[in-house]
Amino acid sequence: MIDKRVDSFATALAGLEDGATVLCGGFGSVGEPFALIEAVIALGRRDLTIVCNNAGSGLVGVAALLKAGCARRLICSYPRSTDPQVIDALYAARKIELEIVPQGTLSERMRAAAAGLGGFFTKVGAETQLAQGKETRLIGGAVHVLEQPLPGDFALIKAHRADRWGNLVYRKAARNFNPVMAMAGKVTAAQVDELVELGSLDPEAIATPGIFVDRVVIA
Amino acid sequence: MKALSRRQMAWRAAQDIAEGQTVNLGIGLPTMVSDYVPAGREVVFHSENGILGMGGAPKPGEEDRDLINAGKGLTSLRPGGAFFHHNDAFLMIRGGHIDLSIMGAYEVSETGDLANWATNSDKLAPGVGGAMDLAAGAKDVRVLMEHNSKDGSPRIRRRFTLPLTARACVTRIYTNLAMLDVTPDGIVVREMVEGLDLDALQKLTEPKLSLANDWKKLTAPVL
Repeated sequence: MIDKRVDSFATALAGLEDGATVLCGGFGSVGEPFALIEAVIALGRRDLTIVCNNAGSGLVGVAALLKAGCARRLICSYPRSTDPQVIDALYAARKIELEIVPQGTLSERMRAAAAGLGGFFTKVGAETQLAQGKETRLIGGAVHVLEQPLPGDFALIKAHRADRWGNLVYRKAARNFNPVMAMAGKVTAAQVDELVELGSLDPEAIATPGIFVDRVVIA
Repeated sequence: MKALSRRQMAWRAAQDIAEGQTVNLGIGLPTMVSDYVPAGREVVFHSENGILGMGGAPKPGEEDRDLINAGKGLTSLRPGGAFFHHNDAFLMIRGGHIDLSIMGAYEVSETGDLANWATNSDKLAPGVGGAMDLAAGAKDVRVLMEHNSKDGSPRIRRRFTLPLTARACVTRIYTNLAMLDVTPDGIVVREMVEGLDLDALQKLTEPKLSLANDWKKLTAPVL
């Protein structure tokens, strides 16, 4: 029987080592996997590369993870979102490496990793600081920048409902980065509001098929 | 001189949104534009976190913490609206499916180059969000900004003092003093507020301005 349900956050994170690249879902705090992130802090992992659209808000979630010193590097599009006190302090003290990536390029780099592609050329960022050092090519008369795939050792996902196969349904704008991160994680752990019987999710509404999900935990 | 208020600037930009357009509004001042789309014009607002058909602020009692806009404020969904994931949200932007992007800016050049993502601060981390994607991908990019910085220096410039977001993307600029078009012949003033003439506006603007033959007074209702 295929059963991806696990009964603890620690089990959901088994195999997460120091130095890993961890994709954290969410846009602001909406769709952010708070319980899984708290569990990473409890494990005391170090030197992580965190990939997340923002750098967390206040003192919870990704902000708490950064404050706890778990991350060496943050790859994001917009670090200073609502209440950016933690990233502001870390940045001012030069205690974090920060890679800023245009938001659509961030999600597309993860999609490229998930899709087995060796990257892609995009006009986004051409001739800007964010393209420095990157290969460029003229395509259709416009400068395009080569962007590399961005896989995760782990993806931490927040979804609304799941079944034991790991099929996921999201709520409203809480979907955001979660589906692409689920696809791009070598190990994908999803925290969900509700676990339901196999067969009870509407197949037309499943946004992340279980093939992309390894562990499901209720939070 | 009757400079426009921020709400009046948003009102002015909203008047140019055409029936049937799909529009992405940047965070901050541009978000207010959705409040002033003329009645009877059906416009679809796109939000980069995966919403088409976004409405305004939710009615009391209808707030949903999973339904936010790009600025992370609570929003609503109009009938016909849809949710989708980030890759589709940015495919729409990058692939030229968004008719109009209205963004804030620090600086715009006379050739329509845009600077709106990074200051030269070494204390605060820069953040680009979706600005470069929108600037490179939307069919039409318009800027809504104060005409001058707080210290009075021009924000419409020959040469930037701040990092580039994208080259030659801005077509129109709405400020508190004027509405200006970026054309192959340089910056053309289409509208100016009462009490301002081209010489006075030129002193507040770095590149050489020209005045459209059919220029109008820039006015907005009291808001």
